[in-house]
Amino acid sequence: MKDTRFARFVIFVNSLVPLALLLWDALNKRLGANPSEFAIRTTGVLALVFLILSLAVTPIRKSLALAWMIKFRRMLGLYGFFYVCIHLMTYIWFDKFFDAGAIIEDVAKRPFITVGMASFLILIPLAVTSTQNMIKRLGGKRWNRLHRAAYVAAAGGVVHYYMLVKADTREPVAFGIALALLLGYRIVNKYFPRWTQRQPARAQAGSR
Amino acid sequence: MLIKKAEEIKSSEITDKKFYVSRRTFMRGLTLAATTTATGLLYRSFTRQGEQGQAGEKIDGVQSAPEIAQLDEAKTSYQDITHYNNFYEFTTNKERVAEAAQRFITRPWAVEVGGLVHKPKVFDIDEILRISPPEERVYRHRCVEAWSMVIPWVGFSLARLLDAVQPMSQAKYVAFQSLADPKQMPNVRTDILDWPYVEGLRLDEAMHPLAILAIGLYGETLPPQNGAPLRLVVPWKYGFKSIKSIVKINLVDSEPPTTWNLANPREYGFYSNVNPNVNHPRWSQARERRIGEYGLRPTLLFNGYADRVAHLYEGMDLRVNF
Repeated sequence: MKDTRFARFVIFVNSLVPLALLLWDALNKRLGANPSEFAIRTTGVLALVFLILSLAVTPIRKSLALAWMIKFRRMLGLYGFFYVCIHLMTYIWFDKFFDAGAIIEDVAKRPFITVGMASFLILIPLAVTSTQNMIKRLGGKRWNRLHRAAYVAAAGGVVHYYMLVKADTREPVAFGIALALLLGYRIVNKYFPRWTQRQPARAQAGSR
Repeated sequence: MLIKKAEEIKSSEITDKKFYVSRRTFMRGLTLAATTTATGLLYRSFTRQGEQGQAGEKIDGVQSAPEIAQLDEAKTSYQDITHYNNFYEFTTNKERVAEAAQRFITRPWAVEVGGLVHKPKVFDIDEILRISPPEERVYRHRCVEAWSMVIPWVGFSLARLLDAVQPMSQAKYVAFQSLADPKQMPNVRTDILDWPYVEGLRLDEAMHPLAILAIGLYGETLPPQNGAPLRLVVPWKYGFKSIKSIVKINLVDSEPPTTWNLANPREYGFYSNVNPNVNHPRWSQARERRIGEYGLRPTLLFNGYADRVAHLYEGMDLRVNF
């Protein structure tokens, strides 16, 4: 796929669908008995989904030799950050009602909130340096090193979710497994790229 | 033959050139429509609210609430009370317990009452219903997850049942056990908690006039998701103490194990009295969200029943005995 403009547009619009439906349901009072809890939980899960999708791009691109996939990575990562911001906003508004003291107490006293907030902070420099211009300014190598922190932030998100649930840890564990597989791919790929990468057809022909 | 001859095709049926040329645009529109629909359906399937649950049946001869169980606060709607439940045996998704418990069988039902009692007995549910006339009991219900409701239960004092079996003088605690039927309750086949669900009260707590066995709400029999056919309600304690779908009640001489305490002893104590001053390690208990309200309310000591129950805990450090 040479021209990914339309594909990117499709992903852009699709990524807004959950938010649109969430707002639609909220307007129509269809979020159940505890709308705030529903909104906070749903935006949190969406944030994790998009962060993991963005981290899945490189393994898919390399293992299937689909070079154009890279064009989707920045957008998916930024959507992850976008849903993290909405998640944080719903928490500040509907769980704390803008009570700064209560929020500070939460961050200081409740480990799952501390971890969640730390992951949010990690994502800020990544979002800021996501532009083409910033990649140039930092240089590819440094940029890549910095953006490895995306794994730390996603892991923080999974831990944040895991610590929140009272007993049924199946969903956060599933996210954790997905993340571990992606990270595992990256590690194996670093040392044994021949096992994990399919060469693009053209390159193969050229190397003979 | 259905094949039309050329002259039979009306000019109005021929694809207009502008549509023919914009086939690409059309395909793109179709792609966009199809993918967004798919994404929407995916979102809906993951976040859907559960189906409506089983309805209750009217209970005859419900007496109005005794003074101790009257409450001048707006009642939570029947829909919210019955479609936002924690009943982990069915599912951990509060909005879908009603759906998951739709086909739960509550008759026949037997409750075995024994242990340190003079007259142990296996009660049929109909015998239990005859122990004492049903009364309305309007109680605050405070979940440890910091949400609350006002629920018009129908039930009677637990003390009436205990009187019927005559506890021995050595009996100091009451242990309760829920049904754990892997055929009807999907999560009983998992190990997210130790099954069956067990709870306990000190005997003086159990004999307190506020502690009831509930058989209904809003004048109707309990739907399964609320703990049919028989559940405990202890309004000054966090909701998880009010064990649902009881099959066994045992009088014992030492503190019985309780499910959430077994799962996480640091976070859930035996007493679990509602207390805004003792934080749960993972969330503050100072405020609560009353279901149906915007904003938060301050949580009251003993869930607002301090004047009636505080004497039970005189001299006890509630921070240690949380």
